[in-house]
Amino acid sequence: MTACSIRLMILPLALAATVQVHAAGKLQYNRDVRPILTDKCFNCHGADANKRKGDLRLDLRESALKPAKSGDCAIMPGKPEKSQLVARIELPHDDDDVMPPEKSGKPLTSEEKATLRQWISEGAEYQGHWAFIPPVRAAVPQISDFKFQISNWAASRNPIDAFIAAKLAKENLQPSPQADAATLIRRVSLDLTGLPPTAEEVEAFVKEASDSFDKSDRAYEKVVDRLLKSPHYGERMAMQWLDFARYADSHGFQTDSSRAMWPWRDWVIKAFNDNKRFDQFTIEQIGGDLLPNAKRDQIVATGFNRNHRLNGEGGIIAEEWRVENNIDRVETMSYTWLGLTLNCCRCHDHKYDPFTQKDFYSLFAFFNNVPESGTIQGASNRSGGNSEPVIEVPDQDDEKELAVIKKKIDQAKAKVTEIELQLPNLVASWEADMESPEAAKREMWDPLAVVTVTSEGKASPKKLPDGSWIIGGRNPDFDTYTATAPLREGVFTGLLLETFTDPSLPAQSLGRAFNGNYVLTGIEAEISAPSLRKPEKITFARAEADYSQKGYDVKLLLDKDPKNGWAIDGNDPKKKTDRKAMFIAEKAVKVPAGATLTVKLTHQSKFTGHNIGRFRLSSTDDEPALVSLEGHGGPPAAVLAIMKTPTENRTPKQREELEKFFRSSVDGPLRDADYALAAAKAELDKFNRLIPTVMVMKEGPVRDAFVLNRGEYDKPAEKVTMITPAVLPPMPKGAPQNRLGLAKWLVDPANPLVARVWVNRAWERFFGFGLSKSTENLGTQSEYPVHPELLDWLATEFVRTDWDMKAMQKLMVMSAAYRQSSKVTPALLEKDPDNRLLARGPRFRLTGEMIRDQALAISGLLVPTIGGPSVKPYMPDRVWDDTSKYGDLRGYKADTGEGLYRRSFYTIWKRTAAPPTMLLFDAPTREVCTVKRSRTNTPLQALSLLNEVTFVEAARAFAEQMITHGGNTPEQRIAYGYKRATATAIDPAAQKTLVAGVAKRIAQFKAKPDEATALLAQGSSKADPRLNPAELAAYTTTASVLLNLDRVVTRD
Amino acid sequence: MKTDSTLQFQDRLNRRIFLKHTSTAIGAAALGSLLSEEAQGAAVTRKFPNYAPRAKRIIYLFQSGAPSQMDLFDPKPQMEKHRAEDLPASIRMGQRLTTMTSGQKAFPVAPSIFKFAKHGQSGIQLSELMPNIAGVADELCVIRSMFTEAINHDPAITFCQTGSQLAGRPSIGAWLSYGLGSLNRDLPAYVVMTSFGTGRRDDQPLYDRLWGSGFLPTQHQGVRFRNAGDPVLYLSNPAGVDRPMRRQMLDELAALNQRDFEAFGDPETQTRIAQYEMAFRMQTSVPDLVDTSKEPQHVLDMYGPEVKTPGTYAANCLLARRLVERDVRCIQLFHMGWDHHGGLPNAIRGQCRDTDQPTAALIKDLKQRGLLDDTLIVWGGEFGRTIYSQGTLTATNYGRDHHPRCYSIFMAGGGVKKGTTWGETDDYSYNITRDPVHVHDLNATIMHLLGINHERLNYKYQGLDMRLTGIAGNVVKGVVG
Repeated sequence: MTACSIRLMILPLALAATVQVHAAGKLQYNRDVRPILTDKCFNCHGADANKRKGDLRLDLRESALKPAKSGDCAIMPGKPEKSQLVARIELPHDDDDVMPPEKSGKPLTSEEKATLRQWISEGAEYQGHWAFIPPVRAAVPQISDFKFQISNWAASRNPIDAFIAAKLAKENLQPSPQADAATLIRRVSLDLTGLPPTAEEVEAFVKEASDSFDKSDRAYEKVVDRLLKSPHYGERMAMQWLDFARYADSHGFQTDSSRAMWPWRDWVIKAFNDNKRFDQFTIEQIGGDLLPNAKRDQIVATGFNRNHRLNGEGGIIAEEWRVENNIDRVETMSYTWLGLTLNCCRCHDHKYDPFTQKDFYSLFAFFNNVPESGTIQGASNRSGGNSEPVIEVPDQDDEKELAVIKKKIDQAKAKVTEIELQLPNLVASWEADMESPEAAKREMWDPLAVVTVTSEGKASPKKLPDGSWIIGGRNPDFDTYTATAPLREGVFTGLLLETFTDPSLPAQSLGRAFNGNYVLTGIEAEISAPSLRKPEKITFARAEADYSQKGYDVKLLLDKDPKNGWAIDGNDPKKKTDRKAMFIAEKAVKVPAGATLTVKLTHQSKFTGHNIGRFRLSSTDDEPALVSLEGHGGPPAAVLAIMKTPTENRTPKQREELEKFFRSSVDGPLRDADYALAAAKAELDKFNRLIPTVMVMKEGPVRDAFVLNRGEYDKPAEKVTMITPAVLPPMPKGAPQNRLGLAKWLVDPANPLVARVWVNRAWERFFGFGLSKSTENLGTQSEYPVHPELLDWLATEFVRTDWDMKAMQKLMVMSAAYRQSSKVTPALLEKDPDNRLLARGPRFRLTGEMIRDQALAISGLLVPTIGGPSVKPYMPDRVWDDTSKYGDLRGYKADTGEGLYRRSFYTIWKRTAAPPTMLLFDAPTREVCTVKRSRTNTPLQALSLLNEVTFVEAARAFAEQMITHGGNTPEQRIAYGYKRATATAIDPAAQKTLVAGVAKRIAQFKAKPDEATALLAQGSSKADPRLNPAELAAYTTTASVLLNLDRVVTRD
Repeated sequence: MKTDSTLQFQDRLNRRIFLKHTSTAIGAAALGSLLSEEAQGAAVTRKFPNYAPRAKRIIYLFQSGAPSQMDLFDPKPQMEKHRAEDLPASIRMGQRLTTMTSGQKAFPVAPSIFKFAKHGQSGIQLSELMPNIAGVADELCVIRSMFTEAINHDPAITFCQTGSQLAGRPSIGAWLSYGLGSLNRDLPAYVVMTSFGTGRRDDQPLYDRLWGSGFLPTQHQGVRFRNAGDPVLYLSNPAGVDRPMRRQMLDELAALNQRDFEAFGDPETQTRIAQYEMAFRMQTSVPDLVDTSKEPQHVLDMYGPEVKTPGTYAANCLLARRLVERDVRCIQLFHMGWDHHGGLPNAIRGQCRDTDQPTAALIKDLKQRGLLDDTLIVWGGEFGRTIYSQGTLTATNYGRDHHPRCYSIFMAGGGVKKGTTWGETDDYSYNITRDPVHVHDLNATIMHLLGINHERLNYKYQGLDMRLTGIAGNVVKGVVG
């Protein structure tokens, strides 16, 4: 490298520093001194008592001024020569006592030393950290400087311009003229909707803007208003919010199976489009479920805090992960709303900011009561799905059907209520009709007259007088008994299996195994009848037993596993007693005349020979809900006693009990009405299961929360409750002490951070950098804002306008500062490389999503549908499978049709293998909250834009537009294409270059027609067959050049 | 200017200055960290290396799933006496287990069924499962006293790679790319390759974050060579566009971009021109790299029969050597399939068949080319496995659960103390009894060998000076030669 370039390299460094240093005037602690102390001194002399060296604390004035034991003072205001701080920092770098110590690797520069000295000589005045002090609304400066009499700066009544201009004047800079109309409409369209303007929109605006200044100003405002009303505005805003919320379509971690959070994503789009005020937007996402009479969409909003990853890895300890997820919530809230790095306080008090570990876990307590396990729950690790708690999210059609079902329920309820009024009369007439109370008694279970029992294993069944069957003879390893019995016409709702001890069985117990036990592994039943074409199989939905051995629950008979089943500890002499189990059908089965019931009892357990010894079967036709193992259809003893009591002597409680029995057990209009209501409710349940769900927050029983030592789930220390950090204003009066209250605290106007954080990030979106560059952190380690008064003014304005996001964004994009040309001179580049002072318009690369969306939009392929489940556009081969063989998100198969052409942020997002092109263009993996993306410029991006099928197909479709709509000559077509891609007119030299290129390639493709065909075949949409293939292929390559232009992937 | 943010600022500035210098020579060099430091000129005031590096490059052979230390590197012959006995409480000391075995009624000691022997002049003990690696024993430094903090795969492997169990931090290769930049102007600074051999098909997966750039600028993320299609994403021109035509297109693109640069003055425009040129060069440099057809047969034979199957560990080892020859800074291989909860003896035989010969071949091949001296090799997984059997123990079969409290890895090459065994574990290979090496210590040592003081390589993020080793990590002097 030459000496010249070294000089150039050093020069901007020095100049960049001049932007920050204020040579004239008194030093300000926050602006000039604190950044030095924070960075170089506070690590050992700051808030963290455990790390403090030499018992010296410099972050508080009182401590810094206090004499040490030696009598020396670190800081003596006005007397740098007597201040130890100055003495120590000015020692030679190799002196043992120099501060900061050499091994810290953070020496002070000579400017920094001079600043500290000057500050002490000026009195060593401290200020609180700027972002923790409530914003002060400064008076808007007056622009009087002649330099600002150009174009719209003079006319601008926008306070933003006044602040920017005041600073520019101080720095002796002048602003740039307004960008040309075409550039401006492209800039603002991309910024507000993420999509380029259409040709018509550009043309109309350019025409109107060419008129008088006033008229052009109004035309621009019209454009801004239109864009803010566009449904794509919400999508553009949501893009960034999804990064904050770590939104994805997969659970993350090892298996990374699927989840459905898109209804929450759609809520976000709609909220932005509806311009939901930011305070309400916040309240609903943090505590929507706790709002009085919370509406469904307010509960959906709380999905924000369920977007964290969920681990389902084998062997994990659930509580460890529940804590981990909850910590993620605190951290995400802290980054997103407060712009703080509270994550540091997970393990210890914050090193730089005045937050304690206890503060962190007190915030943790707010999120700690969600009824959740911490792992994938209510869904399968591998096959995916949403974990509890969830809420159904019906679409419009669903809503209609739901309304019908709900009406049915209402009607059924009305009927029940109506008949309920008759209840005393109904009971009275029922009693009157009865000869005696005993007549109400009825056995629920009807013993089946079993005709035959066969044994597959060639054992010998024998009928006993009580209707039971004893199995004798050979005892095979695995046996299946088949019993047949006639069944009375009517309905069948359940089967009772009684097993008995018998002296002839081993150990005089119940089973045939040597130890007297049995394991029944399956039970099947079917009804056959002359009138049935084939036997009707009965599905059992409920199983109950009077006793089940541990690990051998009778319910296991209902699962698909043929090996597990019901056992009864028949080998335990103390448990050798008659046992029974009932199996209730899923629904009542009609029994035609002359029917036969066939029951199969299978024994396939790994414990061989565990076959049942003696059993009896019964059936019932009672309402499934009422059937009980005891089987007394009649009134229980207590009710019988009531019935025997004369009516007038019955207590109200007795009357109630009798009515309850009557209602549930006696056939009649009320029981019918109850059944109808139950059926309608069941229908609702079933329907709900088909509706998409979204994971949401819910307040369950309170869990104790603790400070966790070193942030580890199993090291609880002091118990904590829901309290907001002490150094910030308290929760507003009347706010509940829960998540809802926390949300209200965030957006309480007294909170000094939230409004600043929001306007600072909005500024970053439009101007490239935040007013404080560290948009992710406004704590003491943040950058002091380049325009502190403006930041505060905007923050107060945001609150004053009721957190109106659209209004604030309009204010920003209407400013003359925003509208400047982005053309930069070498001098300006050296003076202000990052354009923090805004003497020119902002210019930066588009996000990956926007680059793809723009290509689809320009080429006419874009399908602009808003919302719905995520889609699968083209991806490289094995995009999900190269690194994972787990879970349901494998074997990626691109959609056919619309899914290929939707806006990029609808692309399905699998966190451990996120869309590769998006990652190349700086998208985060969405595993954790990310509030800022980097903006890189790499060769892999070039390869993607040149070669990825999406962009090749878009180039072809774009070429078709150029040929079809551009005109007849190459010049016209190229001019048309250039204008579509950049919104501006092509200059003649560029036009000449491109025309020559396309002509060359038309000839090349004519010579090699197969190559043309191959290029045109890229992508799933078909090339226009009316166009000449060689010509279209050549234009496709030129369209690709256009889509790759720096000014196309950048917004000027 | 704050010292610690100088690097970020410098990154950007270097690019600009460099561009000013080369604007007339488009295509002469490329930019960002993907590109060559040398091309940018030696005057670039990087802070790294801090001192003379012992190795210029690293090949990290990551064995994903956690290989069993007592079946490979940490012989415990005395365990045969305790076969099937319950793990003594005095050894377990109440330490937590995963829920896969915490419910087990017994923890029967499962001695390794594999024989160990001393190898080479140094007499390093290795199991019979690694006959080829045994052949290069004198090149190795085996560390038997590694330990980590995580007990499940995802957090543990993330911890090894990024110094944090939580997602969001840069990977080790991204740190090296950021700190040291690239030595090659046509290839990425950090290349990742993955393979899957004889392991269970649903064994532990890998995640993008393992080679991600976290909060560092994304150009430092590892470029994963893919096992299907183009080795580097979107490397090939679309069908119908040949190289001369691509050149034409790029010339037109550069001409228009250059004109815009002259009109608007944004240095990013020039960076973009240069990146397109590097992309163009990669279209030949990468295929040239992965084309092993001209490798002599005796070299191919060294790596074993699978070397010709793309995407195998053997093929990746050969590519690693070719990348080293091209001075790629950081190369990481991930071989999946080491998670042996059950049926360990059979499964580990398969894993060793996949990896033993190619690993040894790589070491020998580098050595015979004189590249081993300045290339660091690390072989290891994310944690160890339990001495007790998960599931039923038989004479020939057992499984082992996760064990974070000790495990073994080895290093070789640049700056490593050859023929050494470092650290000791107790009789049960359960607790470390001498010279423990934490994951942060290993990473600090790796950085040390590459000439970086791990406490100095930091990046300002969220107001903090972040580093790969958190606030911990000590260079293990005993493994440095």
